[in-house]
Amino acid sequence: MLNISGIENGYVIDHIRAGKSLVIYDLLNLAEYDGQVAIIKNARSKKQGLKDIIKIEGLVDMDLNLLGFLDDNITINVIRNGEIIEKRKLTLPEKIIGLAKCKNPRCITSVEQGLKHEFILTDPENRVYRCRYCEEKYEEENR
Amino acid sequence: MRHLLRPTDFTREEIGELIETAQDIQAHPEKYAHVADGKKLATCFYEPSTRTRLSFESAMIRLGGSVLGFASADSSSASKGESVADTVRVVGVYSDIIAMRHPKEGAPMAAADKSPVPIINAGDGGHQHPTQTLTDLLTIKAEKGRLSDLTIGLCGDLKFGRTVHSLITALIRYENIRFILISPDELRVPDFVRHDVLEKNGIPFEEVDDLEEAMPKLDILYMTRVQRERFFNEADYIRLKDRYILDRSKMKLAPEDMIVMHPLPRVNEISVEVDDDPRAMYFRQAEYGVYIRMALIMKLLGLEAPKC
Ligand SMILES: [Zn+2]
Repeated sequence: MLNISGIENGYVIDHIRAGKSLVIYDLLNLAEYDGQVAIIKNARSKKQGLKDIIKIEGLVDMDLNLLGFLDDNITINVIRNGEIIEKRKLTLPEKIIGLAKCKNPRCITSVEQGLKHEFILTDPENRVYRCRYCEEKYEEENR
Repeated sequence: MRHLLRPTDFTREEIGELIETAQDIQAHPEKYAHVADGKKLATCFYEPSTRTRLSFESAMIRLGGSVLGFASADSSSASKGESVADTVRVVGVYSDIIAMRHPKEGAPMAAADKSPVPIINAGDGGHQHPTQTLTDLLTIKAEKGRLSDLTIGLCGDLKFGRTVHSLITALIRYENIRFILISPDELRVPDFVRHDVLEKNGIPFEEVDDLEEAMPKLDILYMTRVQRERFFNEADYIRLKDRYILDRSKMKLAPEDMIVMHPLPRVNEISVEVDDDPRAMYFRQAEYGVYIRMALIMKLLGLEAPKC
């Protein structure tokens, strides 16, 4: 039987903004993952009203820090033998490669398909990322 | 290997050295006539900019080097869909250094990632034009004797004018710089310049729309052209392009030692009657542009003048 309430070893990605779990599912490329994954949409949360949660069975090596780019409210619980052994706060990654697209129509990435879209954290205080090529700001609402 | 993609790729000290070399070149051109013997500069211009291209070519030839290249996208492999990275890999085999002009922002960065030789950004869309900024800095240093303690008036299109944004960003690295930003409401500096560059660094500035009033306070007046291609609406362009016209009567309001700069080409924002005013510096600015490009080519190729 599928057990979605608890996992033995793995990650619980918590406090995801409601509705954003599928974005994270894509971002982490979970479609390709053969382990057990549970997505919980619109869970009730004291802190933020509704939230999404993703549970991933298996302590695989994943670059979960990338999620900080999306939303640094997200917390990651690392579970081993059914217990939370670590509550990981996300930090903003310095660089985001190939995950987000530059929307500037004048940017070289808009005409050269072979170029990887790349963003650099230029102002951590205000969570500003800029395209490495054209330096256009990555707009929050696109996240 | 170093490239020049943005004006701030060089430290203040490095820019100081470039300016020093450029001034020595101006004073003793013969010393530099053979420092780049046998070296080749490729000008890869995906959009025409005759002035900038000739400035680079003149710089390389005066150093004893030679030049090759293309002057527009339809004469290049870009029209066949080749990436800039692929193009510079090939052109880098034919040459020792590349100056690239491209309508798309960040194209020289994409080129630099793969290039076997140094890349100089010779203008990428509305993004950066670092050799113009270096030219402006050399002009100021040569004509005012300093890069600090200056009040700079920037006038015209401050919204789309990348020259203005780059110059502001480059000048705030020096002490005691103040700006007077003179523009119609529609063409004020964008937020990223006002907030991220000026306010964040505590740089004093005022935004005004009256040129006459600002004139007496200025050490430098930097005029810019209002570009037709930046407007969707022809009526807006017509209305704004004649908003500021610098003429002899306005020059009477300026201090004796103020200088007038302009990245050229001008349309009508500086009346030709100002050209003979000793404070008009825009044609000499073009001359400084060659000296600073010579110094830049030498730096990126690691060339030195013979000690004599
Ligand atoms: Zn971009």
